[in-house]
Amino acid sequence: MKPFSFSNTALSLDAYRRELADDAAGGYASFEGWVRNHNEGHAVTRLEYEAFEALANKEGERIVNEAIARFGILKAACVHRVGSLAIGDVAVWVGVSSKHRAEAFAACRYIIDEVKHRVPIWKKEHYVNGDSGWVNCERCAVPGHDHTHEHPHAHDHNH
Amino acid sequence: MSADAPLFGLVLAGGASTRMQRDKAAIEYHGQSQLHWTFHLLSQVCAATFVSVRPDQREEPTRAGLPQIVDRQPGIGPLAGISAALYAHPKAAWLVVACDLPFLNEQTLRYLIEHRDPQRLATAFKSSHDGLPEPLCAIWEPAAREPVLAYVAAGKQCPRKFLINADTLLLDLPDARALDNVNTADEYRTTVAAFGAKADKPRTLRVQYYAILREQAGRSEETLDTTAATPAELYAELRQRHPFQLNPAQLKVALNSDFSDWNTPLRHGDTVVFIPPVAGG
Repeated sequence: MKPFSFSNTALSLDAYRRELADDAAGGYASFEGWVRNHNEGHAVTRLEYEAFEALANKEGERIVNEAIARFGILKAACVHRVGSLAIGDVAVWVGVSSKHRAEAFAACRYIIDEVKHRVPIWKKEHYVNGDSGWVNCERCAVPGHDHTHEHPHAHDHNH
Repeated sequence: MSADAPLFGLVLAGGASTRMQRDKAAIEYHGQSQLHWTFHLLSQVCAATFVSVRPDQREEPTRAGLPQIVDRQPGIGPLAGISAALYAHPKAAWLVVACDLPFLNEQTLRYLIEHRDPQRLATAFKSSHDGLPEPLCAIWEPAAREPVLAYVAAGKQCPRKFLINADTLLLDLPDARALDNVNTADEYRTTVAAFGAKADKPRTLRVQYYAILREQAGRSEETLDTTAATPAELYAELRQRHPFQLNPAQLKVALNSDFSDWNTPLRHGDTVVFIPPVAGG
């Protein structure tokens, strides 16, 4: 499978897992990001994901390749949803197979953390009261509030 | 990375500009003073940015209003500014940049930062003219503080000689022209003509919008003819037409589906994307 890809339908987790099978692997670690029903005190009813896919695929592939080089794992991949998602849906999957468990966990963590911060994907939350908002964009868009430089991870409140 | 000293920016703007016969900090090549343009460039890559000034320049209009670090030993040239910065914030590393480098760009600064070795006293580019260190586009680490203060106390003034004799990591310039400076009135006219010729000719660009910018623009893309020479100028122009709330510091730039920066020259036919804060996962 491609190191990084998007899907506009429900993720096929079992199929992805089989793709990472390897006779030399002693284990497999995965991470699933799920759509939860609240964020920052607001009740969330559903989400929409949108991506700049041409750049996102390149940056996502770079991240997976970095993880392979850095942790010496055997295989890794990440699939992200786009489109409209309901509470409980799987928004993102990361899978890693490796000889030993420590690097599998570490690589899995690395990939999801980097994807969240580097890949051009945006999330719009729809709230119970009918409002909606782009996460990390709207509550920060006040003059002089420059979160990319002052506290780049401070708005990392997902999953 | 997190163990490295925080990187602060210092724009050197204390020079007498005698050969130019006018203040180099106030000269405009990019539609704003070189001082403000350089300050903005450093602000893109540094945790905090300051302007180095002599005591008598504090209220000067181009410099007033920007965060300043005042020379402690005015009259000895750029090393006065560098030593004042190292003295004022002993735990910071300093990306020191002169304000008379109109060809400098964010990519060159990011290259320097990516290749920085915090274990050395400094990381600098090799001059593409003579192979010697370029002290005025270099990262000076906190460990350089004591040696620099001692060097100045011994009556020495040359930052280049300091770097030659110090433990300096030297890098080849990815863009040989990036550090060309403009010192004389003749060079100034040539440079303005070079930038002006580019800026005056409109080019056709495609702009694609995503997420909040798509909603605020009311469209997912548009094609336009513009004289904007850089993504920074293009975004400023687009803000006149669309109710964009995000400021440039909150956005990233992509050109033709690759990350780019705010000061890359735009070419006819380019596709530009401004990237709002991302929220994958």
